[in-house]
Amino acid sequence: MKADILQVRNLRVYYQTSLGPLKAVDGVTLSLKPGERFGLVGESGSGKSTLALALMRLTKPPGYIEGGQVLLDGLDLIKVSENEIRKVRLAQIALVPQGAMSSLNPVMRIKDQIIDGIKDHLKKMPGSALEERMHELLAKVELKPEMANMFPHELSGGMKQRVCLAIAISLSPRVIIADEPTSALDVVVQRQVMLTLGQVQESLGVSILLVGHDMGLMAQFVERIGVLYAGKLAEVGSVREVFKESLHPYTRLLIACPPSLEEKGEFKGIPGLPPLLLNPPSGCVFHPRCPQTTSRCSVKIPSLKEVYPGRWVACHLYTEVKR
Amino acid sequence: MTALLEACNVTKVFSSGGFFKRKETVALENVSLSIKESSPSITGVVGETGSGKTTLARLLLGFIAPTEGEVLYKGRDLQKMSRDERLEFQREVQVIFQDPFEVYNPFYKVDHVLTTPVAKFHLARSKTQGRKLIEHALQAIGLQPEETLGRYPHQLSGGQRQRIMVARASLLKPRIILADEPVSMVDASLRATILENLRKLNQKFGISLLYITHDLTTAYQISDNIIVLYQGSVVEVGDIELVIKNPQHPYTQLLVASIPVPDPDRSWGQDSTPVLVSKTSTKLNRGCKFVDRCPFAMPVCRENPPPFFQTDGYRAVRCYLYKDASVIAGNAIGKDVGPKR
Amino acid sequence: MKALGKRLSRVGAYCRRNPKLVSGVSIILTLVLFWLIGSLLLSPTRAQPISGLPDQPPSLRYLLGTDSNGRELLAVMVVGTGLTLRIGILAGAIGLGIGIILGFISGYYGGLLDTVIKGIVDVLLTVPPLAVLVVIAAVITRAMTLDSMIVIVASLSWMLPTRTIRAQVLTMRERAYIQVARLSGMNSLEVIVKELMPNLLPYLAASFVGATAASILACIGLEALGLGPQSLPTLGMTIFWSISFSAMLRNMWWWWLPPIIIIAILFVGLFLLTAGLDEIANPRLRRRM
Repeated sequence: MKADILQVRNLRVYYQTSLGPLKAVDGVTLSLKPGERFGLVGESGSGKSTLALALMRLTKPPGYIEGGQVLLDGLDLIKVSENEIRKVRLAQIALVPQGAMSSLNPVMRIKDQIIDGIKDHLKKMPGSALEERMHELLAKVELKPEMANMFPHELSGGMKQRVCLAIAISLSPRVIIADEPTSALDVVVQRQVMLTLGQVQESLGVSILLVGHDMGLMAQFVERIGVLYAGKLAEVGSVREVFKESLHPYTRLLIACPPSLEEKGEFKGIPGLPPLLLNPPSGCVFHPRCPQTTSRCSVKIPSLKEVYPGRWVACHLYTEVKR
Repeated sequence: MTALLEACNVTKVFSSGGFFKRKETVALENVSLSIKESSPSITGVVGETGSGKTTLARLLLGFIAPTEGEVLYKGRDLQKMSRDERLEFQREVQVIFQDPFEVYNPFYKVDHVLTTPVAKFHLARSKTQGRKLIEHALQAIGLQPEETLGRYPHQLSGGQRQRIMVARASLLKPRIILADEPVSMVDASLRATILENLRKLNQKFGISLLYITHDLTTAYQISDNIIVLYQGSVVEVGDIELVIKNPQHPYTQLLVASIPVPDPDRSWGQDSTPVLVSKTSTKLNRGCKFVDRCPFAMPVCRENPPPFFQTDGYRAVRCYLYKDASVIAGNAIGKDVGPKR
Repeated sequence: MKALGKRLSRVGAYCRRNPKLVSGVSIILTLVLFWLIGSLLLSPTRAQPISGLPDQPPSLRYLLGTDSNGRELLAVMVVGTGLTLRIGILAGAIGLGIGIILGFISGYYGGLLDTVIKGIVDVLLTVPPLAVLVVIAAVITRAMTLDSMIVIVASLSWMLPTRTIRAQVLTMRERAYIQVARLSGMNSLEVIVKELMPNLLPYLAASFVGATAASILACIGLEALGLGPQSLPTLGMTIFWSISFSAMLRNMWWWWLPPIIIIAILFVGLFLLTAGLDEIANPRLRRRM
C-alpha cells in the first residue's frame, strides 16, 4: 500500500467577522494517494475554494487557519516557516486557482510567465535550459511552440487555462490542486482541457485534487470523490460507489439534480436554502433540508465515520463498521 | 400564421477601432427566428461563447439595431415603432437576465424592482392593490412575501433573487419571456425551482419562452424546439427530441458528445477535434464557419456557406453532408419547421 | 423608535470602522463651531481697522493681539474662518452643480453632445487656473467683491467634477439594473435621477469636498497676492497684509501664524474627509456580502 502523499487532518479555516467566526471549513479530514485523482465537490458556500487556498497556506485575512494539519509527504504545511512554504509551493504542491485565466499577467509573454516560476525556485538554471523546459511544458499541455511568444489576450480561454496548467506542472510537483479549472470554459473546450489534464496527470504521476461543483465533470474525471457541505465532509468514497450507491441524503439529492439528456422529466432540486454559516442549524447542518431526518439529527452533529472500507459518511443513519 | 416576434435574416456587424484601422466583427449572420402567436412554445437557443446568442437577445429586445434584416413584433419593425407601440412591446416582452445580483440597484430594497413596473405600466389603481398584485405574483412562484419583500438584494440568496425576477416578469402577464442564461449563476440545487417556475408560466399562462443558454441539458429539458448557433450562424434547428437524440450537424454532435454525464460508467471518450491555434477566427473563410474543426470537411464547405437542408419534417441542418435533402429558405424555418406537437 | 436606534447604532459601528471620515468631519465641525461661537461672543466690527490699538502683542485685553491697522486678530480669525468656509462651500457647490448637470448629460446620452462637452472640458482643463484667475483678478482689482471672487473661482472648478461624474456614469450606464429600469418603463431622466444618482452619492460628496478644497486654495492664493476683496478680513487677506507690513521681520508672530494654522487645520480636515469618503465610494470596501 502506497503511503498517502497528502493528508489533511481536521482542518479548520474560519473567517473573522464582527458577528463572530464564520466556519467556512470546519474539521475536514481527507487523504490523497500518489497519482490519484480526487474530486472535492460542493456548491457555493460549501467552503471548497477556502479549503483549496488553505492547503497552499494562501488564506488571506479576514480568513485564518484555526487548526488542523496538512501533511505533504509528512511535512506539516501549516506549521512550517514562511520561507519553507514558499519553497514548497509550486515545487511540491501547485495550485491552478479559480479564474486562473484572468490571473495571467497581460503584459508578459507566455514564455516569460512560465519561466518566471521556475527561475524563482531553481535560481542556478541557465537560460537555455529554462527555454528548453518551457517548450517541453507547452508540448505537454498540447500547445504549439509558437504560442510561447504570444500575449495572454491573443489566446482563447481554453489555451490560457492550459498555460496555467503548464505553470502548475513546471516543477513537477507531487500534488496539483485545480480549483474549478473549467468553470468559465465552453463545454467543448472543457472536455479538451480536462482530457489534457488527464494525460498530464498520467504521464507525470502527479496527484490531482479537483475542486468543483459539476457532478458530471467529477464522474468523468476523478477516481475518488468527497462531498462537501457547509464546511464539512458529508461523504467520501470511490466515484463509482458514491454515484451508484450514495449513502448521504445530500449526495443522493445532489446526484439527482443535474438534468439528463435521456428523457424529459421534472426538474429536481434540493428544497430549502443553503445554511447561514454564521448561525448554522443545530446538530447536523443538513437536517432542515434532509428528507430522512430523525430527531437525533437536530441534536447531535454526526462525525465522519468509515462505514465500509474506504467509504466514509457523516450521517446518523449509518453506524461505524466494526473492524 | 402571424408571428408574434420574429427575426428575418438578421445580420449584425460590430465595427470597432479608430479612424484608420476599422475592425469588423460579424456577430450574427443571416439568422431567422420566429415565435408564433397562436400556440405558446418554448424555444431554446443554444450556443457557446462567440456564438452570438447575447447579440441575438439584444436584437430581439430592440436594444440594438440589425445591420441587415429586421426584427418585427406583431409585424412592426422594432426600430420604427411609435412610443405607444414601444410601451406595448415592453409590456408584452419581458426579460430575465443572467446575473441575479447585477439586476438589482443596490441602493433600493428588492421591492423597487417589482413596484416600478406596476407603477409605470399602471397595473393597479392604488398602492394596496399594487401590493396585492406583487404578493400574488411572488406566491405563484413559491416565494413568501414576508420573507422576501422589504429586504436588500444582498440579504437574499441568488436563487431567491432570480425567482423574484421571474415573478417580476410574470407580473405584466407578457406574451413572451426572454430568459438569457437564467440559471447559470445559480447553484445546481436551486435551479430546479426556477426552471419549473418558467415551465409553469408557459403551461399555465400560455407565455412563450425563449430560453437562451450554453447548457444543452437544461435546454433539452425545458424546450420544445431548439436553435443551435455557432459563431453567429444557425447550424441546426428543429424539434428538440430530434436534434438532441439524433444530432446531424457535426457541431451539434460535438456539443452533445462533450457534455459530462454524471455516470462514471459512461465515459467522455477521446476527442478528435483539433485544438485551434489562436483566437482569431477564420476571416478569410467564406464557407461554413465550422470547417476548420469539422472531421467531415469537404472542399465545397470552404467555398460557400451551406444552405438549410430540411432533412425531416421538423428539422433543418446547414451542412453539405445532407445535400440530398431539399433546401429551405432561412426565414421560412420558423414558419414550417417547429416542434412535433 | 427601535428602528431609529438600530439605524444610529449602525452609523456608530460604521464610524468606528472609518476613523478618517470621523476625524475629518470633526475637524471641519470644530472650525465651524469656532466661527459660530466666536461670532456670538465677539462683535464682527472688532475685525475692522481701528477697533483697537495697533501692533499690540497678545494680552488679556487682545487675546491674539492686533495688527498694524488696529484690527483685533482674534475677531479677524473668527470672521475670516467664516468667510473662507463660505467661499469654499459656495464655489464648490456651484462647481459641483455644473459638474452634475454636464457630467450626467454627457455620460448618459453620449453621442455628439458628449463629444462636445468632453472636448470643452478637456481643453479647459489644460488652462492653468491660477494664472487665469490672477489675470482676471488683476483687471478688476477695485471691483472685486466676495461674490465675484466666488463666481470666478467656481468658473474654473467645474471641469474636474464633470469629468469624474461622466466617467462614473459611463461605467454604471451599462449595468443590468439600468436596463431593467428602462424595461420597466422609466424614461431617461427618471433613470438618471432615480437609479444612477443614488448610487453616485459618495462620488458626488467626494467631488464636492474636492471642489471646495480647490476653491479655498485658489481664493487664498489670490488673496495672498493681494488680489482679493480689499475690505474683508479673510484669512488670505490677513496673510497679505502681514506680508505688506513686514510682520515677520517685526516678529509679530500673532499676525502671520494664526491664519496659517487655521488654513492648515482646514486642509487636514478636508483631506481626511476626502480619504474617508473614498473608502465609502470604493465598491470593494462597500459591499457587505
